[in-house]
Amino acid sequence: MRHTLSVLVENKHGVLTRVAGMFSRRGYNIDSLTVGITEDPTISRMTIVVKGDDDVLEQVTKQLNKLIDVIRVTDLKSEETVERELALFKVSSDVNNRSEIMQIADIFRARIIDVAPRSVIIEVTGDETKIDAIEQLFRPFGIKEMVRTGKVALRRGAKGVSS
Amino acid sequence: MTGSTEKMTGARALIECLYREGVDTIFGYPGGVLLPIYDELYDSNIRHVLVRHEQAAAHAAEGYARATGKTGVCLATSGPGATNLVTGIANAYMDSIPMVAFTGQVPSLMIGNDAFQEANITGITMPITKHNYLVQDARELPRIIKEAFHIASTGRPGPVLVDLPKDITTDEIDFYYPDKVELRGYNPTYHGNIQQIKKAASEIKRSKNPVIYAGGGIISSDAAGELTKLAEKIQAPVTTTLTGMGGFPGDHPLFMGMPGMHGTKYANYAIQESDLLIAVGVRFDDRVTGKLKSFAANAKIIHIDIDPAEISKNIKVDIPIVGDAKWILSHLMKYAEKAQSEEWLKKVEEWKQQYPLHYIGPATGDGIKPQYIIEQIREACEDAIIVTEVGQHQMWAAQYFRYKEPRTFISSGGLGTMGYGFPAAIGAKIGRPDKVVFDVSGDGSFQMNSQEMATAVQENVPVIIVIFNNGYLGMVRQWQELFYERRYSSTCIQNSVDFVKLAEAYGALGIRATKRDEVRPAIEEAIASGRPTLIDFIVECEENVSPMVPAGAAINEILDLERKK
Repeated sequence: MRHTLSVLVENKHGVLTRVAGMFSRRGYNIDSLTVGITEDPTISRMTIVVKGDDDVLEQVTKQLNKLIDVIRVTDLKSEETVERELALFKVSSDVNNRSEIMQIADIFRARIIDVAPRSVIIEVTGDETKIDAIEQLFRPFGIKEMVRTGKVALRRGAKGVSS
Repeated sequence: MTGSTEKMTGARALIECLYREGVDTIFGYPGGVLLPIYDELYDSNIRHVLVRHEQAAAHAAEGYARATGKTGVCLATSGPGATNLVTGIANAYMDSIPMVAFTGQVPSLMIGNDAFQEANITGITMPITKHNYLVQDARELPRIIKEAFHIASTGRPGPVLVDLPKDITTDEIDFYYPDKVELRGYNPTYHGNIQQIKKAASEIKRSKNPVIYAGGGIISSDAAGELTKLAEKIQAPVTTTLTGMGGFPGDHPLFMGMPGMHGTKYANYAIQESDLLIAVGVRFDDRVTGKLKSFAANAKIIHIDIDPAEISKNIKVDIPIVGDAKWILSHLMKYAEKAQSEEWLKKVEEWKQQYPLHYIGPATGDGIKPQYIIEQIREACEDAIIVTEVGQHQMWAAQYFRYKEPRTFISSGGLGTMGYGFPAAIGAKIGRPDKVVFDVSGDGSFQMNSQEMATAVQENVPVIIVIFNNGYLGMVRQWQELFYERRYSSTCIQNSVDFVKLAEAYGALGIRATKRDEVRPAIEEAIASGRPTLIDFIVECEENVSPMVPAGAAINEILDLERKK
């Protein structure tokens, strides 16, 4: 079972280390972790995807809350959350198959952001399953490199996790 | 004085902050980057106790904290000074003891360059501190120190480290000490949920076999009085963990001693047969629970703790109550009624009669049994503070000395640090000069920090070191005897040092006792001397700690290990 935690932390040096260190020390696995500043420049938001049952989630949440620099931890339920991830794919491509790749990108509302004689780079945004799907379609062409940001998420509606 | 500002250096500001936090004693060791701070200490009113190894500074600060309830303070220089504190900080973290550790650091601009005596001590101590700080701007120093003492001493207490680059201590600031701290990510819960407390009360009323299992949280929340009143009111027997010793009167009829691996049989049997386990300020440590699946398997569990992360960490709890033990117990007192425990108390009493803690007398008529020494210390000075190292002697000190008051038993519980006891005893004696303080030690443990004899003598701290000299690293030897066919691999340390001469070399009093009838006079002589004293008790060398629950077994699967002759 995977959970998405939205963690508001003090925007200070060393906070990422504290959070990551807590996970490794206590033996919890992070699937992905993203961090960036929020509307309040003194606060950063980490979106952490954790694997584990409810007991693990409860311990992770409590241990996060014990860190002095952690302000708030929210377990985002997928049905009330919008989630996005961004990925860049560098796909092998030449004149023979470039249009085919562009068609796939089109269907997924992805964008070609670099074209070279033997490769293209495609930028795609969406939820995890969409990115997994486009990755499957690019594989036969040969993926030279790819990078994924990990998930970012916000709760739907006016209510936020900080209010 | 807060509100007014005055220009001063960071080093001066540090001293001002310590005054305002009520710090009267710090344990430390100087070094290059600490020179500005030591220059300020030179004519301050704070007592600086110069240890001989920084590890001892951390342990002494912890011993001071445990004996007094105040926050202990230690100070070490950058690099090796800081890393030498690590064991002591980890020890305080495991046992939730309030401590603030200050470390020197290379100047800000040199950090990260592998400068001379540089170590990333905030990185190193991240998993063993409640929080830590690298001060990056001298103007932030007063706020950080205020926060450090606040965090260390509130909620679940613990060590906080403040790393001070040298330039921070020489920069000038407008000193202003804040009145309060503002930490939006830190807000411990003190008041328990009343609905949960009522639920607990109704479970107590229904219960027939209640047991109270209390730990270090009773000591840190100063809840011994509340615990005693509650136990008497609901008529439940009480077992206290190693760190909870003294949290319930050791001579009380409801007291069952310690649970777990070397606990009493009756405490373990009572837990296993209980229908309601009232756990207060404990963390279900593996040395207590043994095999988790069969621990108190038929009991409902009420868990009172200030740290929500302890609830259901190791064992599923039925009624969690998060908050301060003192507050919760005093409120529980209002709702709780007597349990239906008459039959149960009779049964517990029968177990006590049937399976008392005991040992067989010496093999030769005048040999010394280690347990006998503990009994003699108790008879000579029952209100002493007993500090221990780690090993067999530690368990005997927990089993055979009946602690009546909180803060009279000081021992390394969670981390199990050999070499902890002697420096901690120095700290305890400095914090409580009115008390007789014993360091109950083994010949192995003592040698891990014996250099602190110099500190005790120079600072005139009359601690009494009691060495149970059996020529072995006894606890490991015991396990080798039981589980490794007596193959005593690297555990024999016979005749490694003449402890009496060692004491004398440092200018302390050294006494040796080899016969049973020399035990009491040696103790009396040490108490009367008023000097740092070491007593080298030559004890029976292969005595085992009994009873014993082997690691991983259920706590009612108990071995008797008394030597027959």
